[in-house]
Amino acid sequence: MTSTDHAVDHAADIDRHVKIYVTVFVALMALTIITVAISRLHLPVPEAVTIALIVAVIKGSLVACFFMHLISEKKLIYAVLALTVAFFVALLFLPTLTHFNGFWIHG
Amino acid sequence: MEIPYTVEVRRDTGLTNGKIGIWLFLASEVMLFGALFASYILIRTGSPTWPRGDSILNVPLATFNTIVLISSSVTMVMAWASLKRNRFGTFRIYLGSTVLLGGVFLVVKYFEYSHKFENGLFPSTNNFLALYFTLTGLHMLHVIGGMVVNAYFWGPGAKLWKTNPEWFANRVENSGLFWHFVDLVWIFLFPTLYLL
Repeated sequence: MTSTDHAVDHAADIDRHVKIYVTVFVALMALTIITVAISRLHLPVPEAVTIALIVAVIKGSLVACFFMHLISEKKLIYAVLALTVAFFVALLFLPTLTHFNGFWIHG
Repeated sequence: MEIPYTVEVRRDTGLTNGKIGIWLFLASEVMLFGALFASYILIRTGSPTWPRGDSILNVPLATFNTIVLISSSVTMVMAWASLKRNRFGTFRIYLGSTVLLGGVFLVVKYFEYSHKFENGLFPSTNNFLALYFTLTGLHMLHVIGGMVVNAYFWGPGAKLWKTNPEWFANRVENSGLFWHFVDLVWIFLFPTLYLL
């Protein structure tokens, strides 16, 4: 273990972590209620999708940063995730190419 | 032969092998679910009409399940924190709660699925339901997988705590990373399928 890990493992630090976990839990609950409440407004689809995605991204980031400890992780893990995000974004945008009659789809 | 770098970190990666292993696995999982989300976008945008999720699915039940899964993520991280505080008894309570909450999620999903089948709604009925059953079904398999691993660490796997507590805490942390990922996927599935 590195000295940093030892510092994190210190009991006082763990107590601080636990307080953060509880705060994140409350925030996630509140955001869940907000998501459902907004969906009841029956907004037009583009607005509804945008808002729902923003709230989901905030919730997902809270889980990743604090529960998965990504807020203080090693460089190699950030590198792996950066690569994953790049491929993931490419994957999500692939379907939109079909709307442009792209040469790679229709030869 | 001993498994290398279970507690001690590798100099080149700065990580234990288990930690880098679980993150690489999660990266592949992102691509798996990413492909399905991309399929969802393609099918939905290509369809002339699309039903609102809440006209077919049960939003209150899914909201309850969202709360259950988020709670289970908190109990999971608290289980790991308990080990770091040397409180094995508390660890067992939290990890046991995580497994039970996973069970509650599955029971609710069972009722949701049975209700759909009773009303003649199957994956073959339409594209929306095909996507709903594929995405939630795959997610459910992940919940089951996570529960099996956590149940192992609650039961027989916990023996390691007596001989190598740091290694055991690392194993629980890695299992937790998977469990949080399962929670994270649901955070996106819930609005995508039920609310939009």
